[in-house]
Amino acid sequence: MGTISNEKKLTKRDLFGVFVRSNLFQGSWNFERMQALGYQFSMIPAIKRLYPEGSEERKQAIKRHNEFFNTHPFVAAPILGVNLAMEEQRANGAPIDDAAINGIKVGLMGPLAGVGDPIFWGTARPIFAALGASIAMSGNILGPLLFFVLFNAVRLGFRWWGISYGYSKGSDVVSDMGGNLLQKLTEGSSILGLFIMGALVNKWTSINVPLVVSRIKSTDTGKITTTTVQDILDQLMPGLLPLAFTFGCMWLLKKKVSPLWIILAIFVIGIIGYWGGFLSK
Amino acid sequence: MDVNIVQTILVFIVACISGMGSILDEFQTHRPLIACTLIGLVLGDIKTGIIIGGTLEMIALGWMNIGAAVAPDSALASIISTILVIAGGQDIGAGIALAVPLAAAGQVLTILVRSITVAFQHGADKSALDGNLKRLDILHITALLLQAMRIAIPALIVIVTVGTSAVQDMLNGIPDVVTGGLNVAGGIIVVVGYAMVINMMQAPYLMPFFFLGFVVAAFTDFNLVALGVIGLVIAIVYIQLNPKYNKVVVATNSGSSGTDDDLDDELD
Repeated sequence: MGTISNEKKLTKRDLFGVFVRSNLFQGSWNFERMQALGYQFSMIPAIKRLYPEGSEERKQAIKRHNEFFNTHPFVAAPILGVNLAMEEQRANGAPIDDAAINGIKVGLMGPLAGVGDPIFWGTARPIFAALGASIAMSGNILGPLLFFVLFNAVRLGFRWWGISYGYSKGSDVVSDMGGNLLQKLTEGSSILGLFIMGALVNKWTSINVPLVVSRIKSTDTGKITTTTVQDILDQLMPGLLPLAFTFGCMWLLKKKVSPLWIILAIFVIGIIGYWGGFLSK
Repeated sequence: MDVNIVQTILVFIVACISGMGSILDEFQTHRPLIACTLIGLVLGDIKTGIIIGGTLEMIALGWMNIGAAVAPDSALASIISTILVIAGGQDIGAGIALAVPLAAAGQVLTILVRSITVAFQHGADKSALDGNLKRLDILHITALLLQAMRIAIPALIVIVTVGTSAVQDMLNGIPDVVTGGLNVAGGIIVVVGYAMVINMMQAPYLMPFFFLGFVVAAFTDFNLVALGVIGLVIAIVYIQLNPKYNKVVVATNSGSSGTDDDLDDELD
């Protein structure tokens, strides 16, 4: 046993431990400090490695990572990675104080949530889910499987990449973020997401107004051609009513009306329309 | 149908997994596509489960937790409505209709649990004093299990009582005009999810792409994969050509960078 080197180093196994634990990131999400305990829970393999049991440093590290934290759960991965690098440097005597470590967390969580929400919740999940649902409608097991595999492959890949990237970059990651990359990603995924939403509003809705406007009897064949309100609307542009409903919902949601109330209101419209005969499937 | 004891236990376990998925938002086991399929599997009618899952998934497409805002709960909605359809003998339309009030109930329950777990957060402060890491693990996992129980206990109650005549009478007492109307409404309700996604993007200046998607879908028979590829290509081209990302090129282009700056200032 030598005294060659006292340098403390996180192993690949520690990083993997953080990666595995970060899959339970939001388990103790609460209204006070939100993801604080989850962050702590994910950091534990590193705290164990860097700060000896019973030491004052370990207590300080626990205290440090028990502070308010909230971001999109997946983009927490690069933040964890950066913190791992900083903790490692600190454990080896680098002058990194609590404020620096918490500053990175607080400084990154807002901007990264602004990237994670549109990419993962606004684009990736709705597209994979819509793809899965379209196959599932006929009872095909491929639908749920495809959604599960695709989304989790993207998610796990990103989580692992995020932790190793954050760890290898350390606090230099901030200068990386100065570039346009994040903005490009956010904007690009918003375009894709909005394009698909437009397509879904048109294709994956069904509103039919079967009210008859005119009945024309052909003089040659005696066949009666009926024209409904829906036929006229479809001649203008298929999907106009769903479009109107979508904008109505967007407006109501912006007015802070709960989505559940809107859904309930549409239920009432559906029941009245079905009963009165002016709406059908 | 009769539900045996093994199925009851399996429903409980699936409900636990779904409840944990709902708070974690990682593996997506709380999404209708997964949760309904699993309930269908353990109740012996996976096909019906998948169809309910696909239908509910479209309704729930935009249900997401953003910041501190809690979304309607797809876990409780998926689990209970699939049980009601398969074990309770309801038709799929009625199951979908019941899913919505269930999503509201689930939302209330998760808000309750998320408030209770504040105490766990405070419990974690003790470890900062004595350095106990084990306690942190226990607190975090227990909080997660509470979220599992939030779905598993209601699911257990429903699976046990769904065969009783009282519950059956109640379910069969729903008039036709309601189920028919709810069925019609189902085709419209999906737009609420779309609207939530669009609002979340917070990019009114990108709305032309929404209309482009709308028109392309209106006049073609492209499937989602084709539409996705088109959307991706448009996004990449937009980023590549956007002057905002090509400032360096403009600056080295000529000596007239002064006028460019003026232009930029005015655009800002």
